[in-house]
Amino acid sequence: MKATSRDVNGVEIIKLEGKITIGSGDSQLREVIGNALNNGKNKILLDMHGVTTIDSSGIGELVGSYTTVTNRGGKLKLLHLPDKLNELLHVTQLITVFEVYENEPEALASF
Amino acid sequence: MIPLQSLAIHTMERDGERIEITISSRFENIELVQVIAEHLCENAGLDEDGSHWIGMAVREAVANAIKHGNKLDTRKKVNATFDLRGPELEIRIKDEGEGFDPEKVSDPLNPQNLMKTSGRGIFYMKTFMDHIEYSFNNGGGTMLLMTKNLAKGSGIASSKA
Repeated sequence: MKATSRDVNGVEIIKLEGKITIGSGDSQLREVIGNALNNGKNKILLDMHGVTTIDSSGIGELVGSYTTVTNRGGKLKLLHLPDKLNELLHVTQLITVFEVYENEPEALASF
Repeated sequence: MIPLQSLAIHTMERDGERIEITISSRFENIELVQVIAEHLCENAGLDEDGSHWIGMAVREAVANAIKHGNKLDTRKKVNATFDLRGPELEIRIKDEGEGFDPEKVSDPLNPQNLMKTSGRGIFYMKTFMDHIEYSFNNGGGTMLLMTKNLAKGSGIASSKA
């Protein structure tokens, strides 16, 4: 998994690309979120457009990231969900947990 | 890269075909088994989405076998067989672990469990396949049987949820 970050008006937009699966992307995601928080960035928008595969470990890591950011007084939201990830979040009812946006300006305005 | 043909045994039988592969317990091998499942389904005429979801179920099954069954011991193997007879696909995933009590696996849809970081693998398998069943060998080893009628289409998830 590849992660690239940029700051837009105090919101850290982290673009994730590739696989978030057991033994690889899952631990990387935890690291990326941890680094952002340690740098004082707690408004986080994860751009998921480039995520090609995610498994239950990756989903678990997304949930863990959400909890970590929330516990630190921040917000974690999702942008550009690929269809298959959307399905996975629906069947596990996690779609009710995450705020999901299709449009970046709209997502930024929500923070 | 090692060609798949040298890793997997493909047998054509009169009433169907069987593909079998055995891997050591490393996460990087999961994809090999997933790709075989997806190709087998696509070759059998299932659409890309349907093949993807079956591949996901296989991915989860193999990940569980490596992590919870064989506890990441690379000396232990995970064996996968795919039997296709007409539209009926039977997948068996075997590990060398000590087994577990499937009754004790918690429901990830229970509001108490919604925010847990693990425990969704078996749920996804049940969602994407028609039927899953665990059996345990007294001498050690767990076998997971998953079945799917490919003629029913992708049968994804959301239609069952």
